[in-house]
Amino acid sequence: MLNNINPEKGMEFGLYTLGDHMTNPVTEKKISQEQRIKEIIELGVLADQAGIDAFGVGESHQTHFVSQGHTVILGALAQATKHIKLQSSATVLSVSDPVRVYEDFATIDLISGGRAEIVAGRGSRVGAYHLLGVDLQDYDDIFEEKLELLKLLNESQDPINWSGNYRKPLENAEILPQPTTGSIPLWRAVGGHPGSAIKAGYMGVPMMLTTLGGPAVNFTPAVSAYKEALSVSGYKVDDFPLGTTSLFYVGDTTQGALKDMYPYLNQGTKLLRGSDYPKQQFANAVDYRDALMVGDKNQIIEKLLYQYELFSMQRFSAQIDLGGMPFDKLMKNVEIIGQDILPAIKKHTKRK
Amino acid sequence: MNIVLLSGSVVGSNTKAALTYVEEILKNKAPNATITFLDLAQYDVRFSDGRHYFEYEGDTKFVAETLMAADIILIGTPVFQASIPAPLKNIFDLLPVYGLRDKVVGILATAGSQKHYLVMEQQLKPILFYMKAHIVPTYVFIEEKDILRKKIINDDTLFRLDRLVEDTFDLREANAFIKEKKEAEFDF
Repeated sequence: MLNNINPEKGMEFGLYTLGDHMTNPVTEKKISQEQRIKEIIELGVLADQAGIDAFGVGESHQTHFVSQGHTVILGALAQATKHIKLQSSATVLSVSDPVRVYEDFATIDLISGGRAEIVAGRGSRVGAYHLLGVDLQDYDDIFEEKLELLKLLNESQDPINWSGNYRKPLENAEILPQPTTGSIPLWRAVGGHPGSAIKAGYMGVPMMLTTLGGPAVNFTPAVSAYKEALSVSGYKVDDFPLGTTSLFYVGDTTQGALKDMYPYLNQGTKLLRGSDYPKQQFANAVDYRDALMVGDKNQIIEKLLYQYELFSMQRFSAQIDLGGMPFDKLMKNVEIIGQDILPAIKKHTKRK
Repeated sequence: MNIVLLSGSVVGSNTKAALTYVEEILKNKAPNATITFLDLAQYDVRFSDGRHYFEYEGDTKFVAETLMAADIILIGTPVFQASIPAPLKNIFDLLPVYGLRDKVVGILATAGSQKHYLVMEQQLKPILFYMKAHIVPTYVFIEEKDILRKKIINDDTLFRLDRLVEDTFDLREANAFIKEKKEAEFDF
């Protein structure tokens, strides 16, 4: 299967951060940018030690976020970790040059011994576009063109000849350095909407689908649309992995998990979307059929296996640090994931 | 309590006249409330391009954030081309999907004749419901003949507007009570 996925080993489990840097709503204290970045690196190291499969860092370029230089942080992680796959979550490709992105990730790949992955997305906020001077009007076309170019750079070893509408042509361009195996796992970040899922399928780029909350079954149309588009485009559907992502918090008890997570989830929602997270909706989220990952370890395992039945995904990635979740709580989550959740889901999803 | 009066058109005076009367009632009834009169004719609001409402700039950001901070919104709107005016529709496009959750919305409409009295029922209410507003069921429909030189001259209209404000406050109180009771079930 593409993207170095081996289904025989069972579903992969990853962690990712968007680099939230917010005042802790409980203690009303805010850690420094330096400390926050170091904690992200530390979290990646702990995830590596806990046997977690992948760790992602994303960029946002606006208030409340600290990881704009996500490739630099991934570089530090490449040096500090041993086994874990290192991905972006996501790289806002529309505001960067694909050549530059490829060079950066090829470098991370070489430092880490072949563990780099690119997750390319359009970004769900406008900050990056404003700051980096990209016209929002064209953002759809710009992204498609850049992703196509990135895919081309990734697939060919020879000098590149390419021309498009939003970037000067490449003539016999040699892209250096080249990654360990000559290419890097590439994913397309997709929000819940089937529109982008279809585009991932037509272009033949594995999909990383965000399923932040609500009934998990609501995301099946996006997954089916992706597979159908792959098949229409002549790709072998079974070669293409699927990743899903969601917000995540595991506690010792259900009540404890709800109580711990709510202030941070609510703050994150308020600052990033402009309204409170409704308490009733959050209370309902512990049901195994809801996509939001909150509960005790058994509920989380049940949710993951239920979603595996729905989507047959090859990787699930958890965002555990939304809204300024403090580091001690993150460490505890990594511990429970490594000790209890990973072994359980691997056991049930391994293919014989 | 945070009350916003939204005049949904950039032309005409009847809607504004009716909302100004409502503003007076509100001031007497809720002297401690914060009352903001948003007359779209006074603001340069751009068309929605899909970003989060607080990521706009200038008037657009101000109008959207003012509405999002409201507990009660009283919408006044004329009827144009058998529909609500485009500036008012744009306001809804600027706000999040469930942007009116937990807000109580009352409606008054002004029009040249009775011909389009169902526009509120068939066009405005579905939008408000979709955005999760609590809507005061009865709205006030005001015709040209009820207003003379920016003053309401029909007693029936005046009584109905009084009643609209009363019903709006009652619905707000009831919903705040229900929400509080519901949230008391949770310990987070």
